[in-house]
Order: sequence, then structure tokens, then C-alpha cells
Amino acid sequence: MKHLRSIDELGVDGLVALLQLTDHMAEINQRPVPKVPALRGRTVASLFFEDSTRTRLSFETAAKRLSADTMTFNVSTSSVNKGESLRDTVATITDMGVDAFVVRHKSVGIPWQISQWTKASIINAGDGAHQHPTQALVDCYTIREATHTQRFDGMQITIVGDIKHSRVARSNIQAFSMLGAKVTLVAPPTLLPPDISHWPVQINHHLDDVIPSSDVLYMLRLQSERMSQGHVPTLREYSEQYGLTQKRVSKLKDSAIVMHPGPMNRGVEMQIDPSDVKNSLIHRQVANGVSVRMAVLFELLGTGSSLGGQA
Amino acid sequence: MASSTGTNAPREVMSATDVRRAIVRIAHEIVERNHGVDGLAIVGLQRGGTWIAEAITKQINEIETSVTVPVGAIDVSLHRDDIGIRPVSLGAISNIPFDLTGATVVLVDDVLFTGRTVRAAMEGLNNYGRPRSVQLAVLVDRGHRELPIRPDFVGKNLPTQQDDEVSATSDGVVISGSIVDAR
Amino acid sequence: MSKSVVIKGGTIVNPDGQSRVDVRIENGKVVEVGANLSADVQLDASGCIVSSGFIDLHAHLREPGKEEAETIETGSRAGALGGYTALVAMPNTDPPQDSIAVIDFVREQGKRAGLIDVVPSGCITLGRLGETLAPMAELAQAGVTLFTDDGVGVQDASLMRRALEYAKGLGVTLAQHCEVAELTKGAVMNECQCCTDLGLPGWPSIAEELMVFRDIELVRITGASMHFLHLSTARSVELVRAAKRDGLPITAEVTPHHLSLTQELLSSYDSVYKVNPPLRSAEDIRALKVGLLDGTIDAIATDHAPHPRRDKEMSLDMAPPGMLGLETALGVVMAYGDLEIKDVVSLLSWNPARIAKIDANHGRPVAVGESANICVFDPELVWSVDIERLASKSINTPYVGRTLRGRVRHTIFKGTPTVIDGQAQK
Repeated sequence: MKHLRSIDELGVDGLVALLQLTDHMAEINQRPVPKVPALRGRTVASLFFEDSTRTRLSFETAAKRLSADTMTFNVSTSSVNKGESLRDTVATITDMGVDAFVVRHKSVGIPWQISQWTKASIINAGDGAHQHPTQALVDCYTIREATHTQRFDGMQITIVGDIKHSRVARSNIQAFSMLGAKVTLVAPPTLLPPDISHWPVQINHHLDDVIPSSDVLYMLRLQSERMSQGHVPTLREYSEQYGLTQKRVSKLKDSAIVMHPGPMNRGVEMQIDPSDVKNSLIHRQVANGVSVRMAVLFELLGTGSSLGGQA
Repeated sequence: MASSTGTNAPREVMSATDVRRAIVRIAHEIVERNHGVDGLAIVGLQRGGTWIAEAITKQINEIETSVTVPVGAIDVSLHRDDIGIRPVSLGAISNIPFDLTGATVVLVDDVLFTGRTVRAAMEGLNNYGRPRSVQLAVLVDRGHRELPIRPDFVGKNLPTQQDDEVSATSDGVVISGSIVDAR
Repeated sequence: MSKSVVIKGGTIVNPDGQSRVDVRIENGKVVEVGANLSADVQLDASGCIVSSGFIDLHAHLREPGKEEAETIETGSRAGALGGYTALVAMPNTDPPQDSIAVIDFVREQGKRAGLIDVVPSGCITLGRLGETLAPMAELAQAGVTLFTDDGVGVQDASLMRRALEYAKGLGVTLAQHCEVAELTKGAVMNECQCCTDLGLPGWPSIAEELMVFRDIELVRITGASMHFLHLSTARSVELVRAAKRDGLPITAEVTPHHLSLTQELLSSYDSVYKVNPPLRSAEDIRALKVGLLDGTIDAIATDHAPHPRRDKEMSLDMAPPGMLGLETALGVVMAYGDLEIKDVVSLLSWNPARIAKIDANHGRPVAVGESANICVFDPELVWSVDIERLASKSINTPYVGRTLRGRVRHTIFKGTPTVIDGQAQK
């Protein structure tokens, strides 16, 4: 495996392998000294064009726990647009001796474009509304950890919210389906992409209809801009129809899990505090982030499979 | 790249009974060398050494019943010095559910060869605490050391060719002359 | 006293038929057509078609304002290599072609390059801002016959109505880039399943069709002439077909890329495929081809849109839309268009000359007494694009690695060869 750019590119075998590898990394993180020399001498560069302290730190912690060196480039988009093109930036950083780039950008396709300009491995930390594969890995791992199952056959997973603009949704729909889950999307028609007849999902515009049968309730964040763009009339109406309220929580199965990729918009998609929701695994999503990213880094840089013809 | 002729057929160098007796002897030697079981902890290397570690620990706990000596397992794959040079497949997950700080740790492996695996294990142990001392018990020492590592307790010394293959199970130790990756 | 030229051994294709004869040219005109002719310069046309030179109704020469992408000279050379003897220069330059000064400048640069007739188009609205009309009468007096805000459509319906009324009085033609801007905000590719998977905002077909419909109805009530630029959807073709049945003074063009490339190519994330209007579906391509055959679509125009390498190296959403077209038009049309040679010449030469109102000298039959603006092309030659050898200053062509069929061998402009054996002469 050379890159981790999208879930569909990863495939179900790659997905399962990474989840199993994460168990090893999770054990390392339990140790009093959670550090192994596995990626000693390797360098991982973070290229974050979109602000995200949490994801970036998660990756950097993961790299350091594997004894890799890290470089951080907080690239403001404007400087790359003016003089130096993205291509030059990537080439310069590669020349400094980088083995992997972790890239987050608001434009779709950047990880694939960058792959053409460097021999380093590329990890997609989010490209526009397209894919966020490590988040999907974290989410699958969290569900796996809670349900003690390797596959999700028969599981009913409900994803609620702004599917149209969500890379987390796109990656998760692929990952959950690959593992056998039945996925239902709940959103107003304006927050669903124009034509999803080819997606392996059911659609429902009424959250209350699907709450009682959901094994996993996955809440997406609604950005406030969506109101001014005419996708929803008011945030309040959205919250009434699609938000997680106390009443809705009480209608969940006892065994149901509540998840959210963060950051949360309190009062919008989450009307109640997640720490008050007993089935919430949001804290586990955060905790598992480092282990999952260690698995990804080790798989791409450590197992020798990316070295091609080297002896 | 065939090995020297005449040594291709696998041959048994220790029978199941030999193995059992060796384990019992090693267990006694450990207790004797350490003047008892105070602070003792046994850690087997995944995967080859874990069954031996468990057998040794069981034996020790039958000899000295006042204290239960704990046993754990360590996976060294992530501590190896050849990561990135050749593909690594991870063994079973490490499991050391006790504090090693101040303990006398006896590392246990089936076959001692170049010594690199043991070096990796010692480094891995550091993640779990700072042992008072580390000793090494192996079922078979086949020579060809590449690092300054020596075992404290040995089941059998077995001279081998570099490219011989040695396999050790509770059914016995078998040596065959096929090509083997350097360990 | 320029040299005489003879084109030997080719097959002339004219509206009234074809014949295998030599053609002799002197002083800018065809002076003799017959067998075994000779002249100072001999051009071998064996196996080739000899027709009037092509006319591109839609080329972005980028000068003034973006000379790093292309200049009038390099664009002219690219056109000549593509068999063109005239092209209409789009007005979205900087400053835009909404004043005599800029119109004259563009014309002069074209003359100075001397490779092709550069016919500047004018803007419909001042600065192409869509707010007030450009001085169309003044520009028409300076010889401009085609007006467009290309790059954008005129969004305001009442302004468009007034523009058509005004144009009717002047006897000029307005050309529309049909795109309702509110429906295509941030759009990068056709609104389709592929676009859904990529999480990109889509450019829905109705954004084009709504404006096509609107302008057809405005033509109906004003009687002015309208030319639709780069139609790309099946429904647009249907609308124009019905409008022509009603006898409305409407013409339409399609680009070679909209006849040959589909939206799925965008899943490569390569912005060379990003264009406005976007690449559409296979069904749309089928409908466009039917439109070419039944006369609904009158012309093939390249929408040649050069961009510097750096600009196209950006991500899909940030890269500017547009592809090169002049040097590959014939090769693409012959390889993908499923058209007879006579139709190809009609679509690339005879019809566009009329629409641009330059048919006194261009798009003429190859016959004695006619201006010698001629293209000689090998319709069977299979070739592929070599980026290193493009005459254009830019390299954003989507046809690298694709097999094209049909290549220009010689181009004669006003009696002088601008291209001989595939090489530009200056």
C-alpha cells in the first residue's frame, strides 16, 4: 500500500488489515511508555491547508509514537496561489527528505495531484467534501471495539445531517457498506447530493422513523453557512427536525451507539450534551484517533510494501 | 542456493520428552539462580517463546507455591532493526499486564540465533518499565550470533549451518537443511 | 509580386461537388483549376482534400491582458496549423473588446502576424459586466459583426432583450454563452453521479437550457439574430431544433471536445478536463452528433482557451476552465464525429464564414476567381499530439495520448502558404 487517499481505493481487504493493525497500536498506547522505534529515521510532513489542530496533532502524535520525525507546514492557501505553485511547494518539501505527506485541503483531488509530484506516500486528511479516510477508519474501529465484531453484517447505521457537503459521510458510507452494514441517510432533500441512486444506502427524510431501529446513530455537523445558502430555512428548524434531542435519545435501543466526528455545533445537531448520552462513543472516537493513524503510518512506511524493488 | 547435500532430510534433535525435561530443568535453574522467586516475572517472545514461557511459569509456580510468578508475552515486530528493509508481519499482540519496574525479568524464546530478536525484546521491555535485571532462557541455542547476546538458561546447544532451519514445538525440536531468512 | 502556388493531386470539395484537379493560385486568388498545372511553389496534395480554409467562430487569443497564455501571433500560428484562415477573437481580453481602441489593436496585431484573418468580436455589455450595453453601433461601424460576453452569459433578461432589439437595428448578430450563474456557483463539472461521488458542486444542464430557452423566446419577439455558443446538452439541441422549425434566425455551434469527451474524465482530478460548459454525458454527445447531421447545429467552433501550465496545475475547483482546440479540431472531429468529409468542411468552413459574415472572402468554393483561403488536409492520417511541438504558448490540451485522425498538410492564406507540410512558414 503506497497511499491512503480514499476508502474505495483502500478496498475492503486494506480496510480490514488496517483495523487489525490498529489493535497492535492500541496496545502500544496502553504501555507506560507508548513508543516504539518502528519508523525511526522516517519523516512525516503535515501539509494542512485547512485549519485543524485536532487532526493534525493526532497525526503528529501518531508519528512520534512510532519514532518518526515530523515536519509541520501551515500553508496558507494564498501564498501557494500567488508565487509558488502547489507543485513547487511539494517538490521543495520532498527534497528535504520526506517519506509521507499528510494533506488536508479544501479542494477535491489534491492528494491525487500531489502524488504525481512526489515519491512520498500521501495520506489524505480531508480533500474538500470528497474523502476523509482516516476518520472512517477511526469510526469503524470505534464501532468494532464497542460491538466486538470484525464485520458489521446486519448492523443498521444511520447517518444524519449535511451529507452533501460531508467528506466524512462519503468515506463512512463506503467503509460501513464494505463491512456489511445497512446504511440509512437522514437529511432534508437539500442536504442530499443530487443523484445518489448508485449509492448503497436507503434514504429517509424523517429522523424519528429510523431512531428505534438504529444500531449506530452517526450525527454530522451542520455548518451555519448552509442557512444563508438556502439549504435550510433556519438552524432552529433544522435542529427540531434533525437534531439529537433528549426525547430522541430516549427512543434509541439500549445497545445503540451515538457518534459524531467533531467538532460539534451545540444547539444545532446536538441539542444535548454528549456526556449525558450514555451510549455516546464520541470520546472513544477521539481516543482511537492516534492508534488508527499509527496503523496507517506503519502500514505505509514500515512494512516494506511501499519500497518496491528494494532488497 | 541449496544447502550442502546429505543434510536435506529433517531430523529430530530433541524429542517431546527431551523438551519437557529441558523445561523442567530450566525452571529449576531459574529459581536456583535467583535464590527464589521474589520479584520474578517471565516474558515470552511472540510467537515462538510464549508456550515455553507459560510452561516454565507453570513449573515454577508448582515448585514455589507461596507466590505466583506472572507471565506475559511480548511482540517484538515493532522493535526490530530491519523494519523497512523487509516486510514485517505482526505477530499476536503484546500482553504484559503487570508492572516490570524493579522486577527480575526472564525473557523466554524458543531458538536463539543471531540475537537480534532478543535485542528487540529488551528494547520493547523498556516500554513497560525498568526491570531490575533481565535474564534470557532459550530452548535451543543454535549459534551464529551477530550481537553480544548470551543466554542464561539453555535447553540444548545445537551447532547448525547458517542456512539450516530449526523448529521447536512441544512435540520436539527438528532441524532441516532448507533455506531460511536470516533472523 | 508574390510567388504563384499550385496545389497538385488533391480532391477539391465544394458545396456543389468534388473533383480531383490541380489548383493554381496567383496574387491572392485562384486563377486556374485543371490537370497538370505548375507554378513557382508546388504543394503536394496527393491523398488530400482541398477545401476552403476553416473559420473558427470562437477562439480566445488572450491578447491584450494574458500574453503568458497566448498571443495573437502564437494563436494565429496555431490556427494556421489547424487549417484555419480566419478566426473570431473572443472579447474577454483585458481590457475587454468593448471599445474601438481595443478592437483596432486586436485587428492590427492579427495583420502584423499575417497568418490568419483575426476578426475581433465585440462585447454585448460594457466590460462584460452585464449591466449596461456596450457601444455596439460604434463597434459595428468599425466592422464588428458578432457580439458576445463569452465567458459569462448575460444574466439580466430585460437587458438581453434590449441588446437584441438594438442589435436588430444594426444588423449584427449576438452570440450567447448560455449559463445561468446562480445555478452554477462553484461548479467544476457536470452535475452527475461522478460529481456526487467527488463531493463537488455540479453544473446542471438546466443552467444552460434555461438561458437557451429564454433567448429563443427573446429572439421570437425581437426578430434579432442569435448564435448559441458551445451547446453541450441534448435538451439544448432539442430547443434549437424546434426554434429553427419555427423559422427563427438562430444558429448554433458545438466544440470538438463536447463531441468527444465525457464527464467521467474528471474523476482523474486532472483540471485539463475542466471546461465551461463542462464535459457532459455520452447521451448528450449522441444528441449533439444528431444535431450536426440534421442541421440543427451549424458549426463546429473550438473555444480555444489557453491557460499557462501553473494555472492548470491547480486543484479542480481553483483551476480556470478551458482547453486548447485550434491545432486538434480537425483531428478530433474526424476521429470522433462520425461525419462525412463534406459535412466536416461545411461545419468547419462554409457555415461559420456565413455566421461571421466574412463569406465574401472565406468559406468560398475553391474555384477560379475566388480568394485563395484554402486548407489542404489528409483525412486518413492518424496522429497524436506532441506537447513539445504545439504552436500554442500553452499546453492544456486533453488529447495527449489520444489517437486523432485527419491532419492539415498545407494552409494557404490570401494566396500565400502559411503552412507547408505541417510546418508553419513564419
